Amino acid sequence: MSILVNKNTKVICQGFTGTHGTFHSEQSLKYGTKLVGGVTPKKGGQKHLGLPVFNSVSDAKEATSADATMIYVPPKFAADAIIEAIDSQITLIVCITEGIPIIDMLKVKSALKKSKSRLIGPNCPGIITPEECKIGIMPGNIHKKGSVGIVSRSGTLTYEAVAQTSANGMGQSTCIGIGGDPVNGTNFIDCLELFLKDEETKSIVMIGEIGGTAEEEASEFIKKSKIKKPMVGFVAGLTAPPGKRMGHAGAIISGGKGGANDKIELMKSAGITISKSPADIGKTLSEKLKA
Amino acid sequence: MNIHEYQAKEILKKYGAPVSNGVVINSLSEIKSKINSLKGQTFVLKAQIHAGGRGKAGGVKLIKNLKELNAEAKTMLGKTLVTHQTTKEGKKVEKLYIEEASEILKEYYLSCLVDRATSKIAFISCTQGGVDIENVAAKNPEKIITTRTNLNNGIDEATIEKVLKPFNLNSEQKKDGKKLINALYKVLIEKDASLIEINPLIITKNQKILCLDAKMNFDDNALYRQPEILKLRDFNEEEPAEIEASKYDLAYIKLSGSIGCMVNGAGLAMATMDIIKLYGQEPANFLDVGGGASKEKVSAAFKLILSDKNVKGILINIFGGIMRCDVLAQGVVDAAKETKINVPLVVRLAGTNFKEGKLILDKSGLDILSAEDLNDAAKKIVKAIK
Repeated sequence: MSILVNKNTKVICQGFTGTHGTFHSEQSLKYGTKLVGGVTPKKGGQKHLGLPVFNSVSDAKEATSADATMIYVPPKFAADAIIEAIDSQITLIVCITEGIPIIDMLKVKSALKKSKSRLIGPNCPGIITPEECKIGIMPGNIHKKGSVGIVSRSGTLTYEAVAQTSANGMGQSTCIGIGGDPVNGTNFIDCLELFLKDEETKSIVMIGEIGGTAEEEASEFIKKSKIKKPMVGFVAGLTAPPGKRMGHAGAIISGGKGGANDKIELMKSAGITISKSPADIGKTLSEKLKA
Repeated sequence: MNIHEYQAKEILKKYGAPVSNGVVINSLSEIKSKINSLKGQTFVLKAQIHAGGRGKAGGVKLIKNLKELNAEAKTMLGKTLVTHQTTKEGKKVEKLYIEEASEILKEYYLSCLVDRATSKIAFISCTQGGVDIENVAAKNPEKIITTRTNLNNGIDEATIEKVLKPFNLNSEQKKDGKKLINALYKVLIEKDASLIEINPLIITKNQKILCLDAKMNFDDNALYRQPEILKLRDFNEEEPAEIEASKYDLAYIKLSGSIGCMVNGAGLAMATMDIIKLYGQEPANFLDVGGGASKEKVSAAFKLILSDKNVKGILINIFGGIMRCDVLAQGVVDAAKETKINVPLVVRLAGTNFKEGKLILDKSGLDILSAEDLNDAAKKIVKAIK
């Protein structure tokens, strides 16, 4: 088992024929993802990468009964693309696009509330269940099937945790990058809840960063949770100055909130072992499991 | 993006919010011609910089006559203000705002922002205004009243009532209060503001409600559709190196340490800064090169890092996903040859094509220290600058 995606997940790509859509669709196909088609308005009826192109998500869903969509459309159109997928009742929507205006995301959030769809992202690397399904821009070859569930707000820092848990032999059940924007879809708690219930996930790595209160809320959730699993955490941005946006739109210490130390203290109080160094995430986890 | 107080007030005025009359000047010679449009004899002279805490630093003065205005303006214009929100070096005052003075009876706090925790629009009302709201939040959190509302075509009466309730307004003040709340809500949505702060919001001795100060931040991701707002950008208020970085699509923030960093991805860039600190040194910057790394981009990144004279060594940390390490390595070699690098350089490559990348670095004949992993990289750069 794994969470959210597996070898049976039927995936479509929005922004299929664009540069990013094409490149990452190819990578997903090579990885073995069950990609069944894509959407590019006005290009319906064509073939791309040997797969059918549709004018709309609803056409694609009707023809392929897709469960999931990955979105690579430019930021101007990304919110509408997400809403189109919600309207077409796609179960899992993964939006990779970076730079969506926050007001647009508020519209997306209210559409999500009324639906049964789940959104991962935006501004995220995506989700992968090793050796089964890769939806996103992560390098597939660093992953290894295994027992660690990884959830993270960052992209390349996730790869670091993945590489470390592959190197020490544990491997991953599923890895999810929830993205670096202040308003996003799936949050830490949603992922933790799924990982805690998933039998194949034996331990969890949670990677946070400065800004917002998502790590704090996740810590409260873990404290109250009846199911417990060994957890290791890391929070990036101990050295970040307040008031400066550190690349990600969401990574900013503002109004005295969102600093790394507060997050780390709360995570510790919830029983999460903190890896002080980003290079020791895998090591910290294997030591915790041996103890 | 931030704008000045006078710009924020102009926007608020257009949207019907109660704001005093004022004029902005760039030089002393403008005072005479512009001051005629203002009423009364007393004014407030305010330094226009993108930082709070101006009052304590001498950036806000009450003026009783024209002679005083000229004298104070002369002192203030060109002066460097250091406040708790600026760097140690402070900010040079290039513009002054002259406003009709108001006699203050009460000072409140009001702001409107996107609340990330609930994905709603939030108003924050507080009866303690004119002070640092973060201190109030820490000492008297019960005084901070937050009202949340969904993104809609407008804001309903009940929500407006809730936002204004702590201020105990009379019916006349309430009329203007409602206009103000509507203005804030509309500016947030129509202009893609991410934060609008009125601190203080005052009740004058003549029982009028008035925005005495205004601060606005805008969502950088939405500037493409806000040309009018983009025009308000003041490059004098930004770090020259950060402006340069944005031309090359690099996210760069100058810090005070001695190890320059070049990393792909914001989270990994922060983590790289953190590990440098763990090994006892301080990072000189945050720099995210993003997903691609052409020679031009890496070159620009090197130049930016080296423009900081505190830099004694550079650490490049790349985890290739979309970015191929061999392409990056070639960029580093080309850029290093072009930009004479006179400090130690440690490169750590992982992920897509890292072996090919290493080979390019090894064969380059350049003095590059190659690192096995993140720990090794941090150790090597810290040792190299000693």
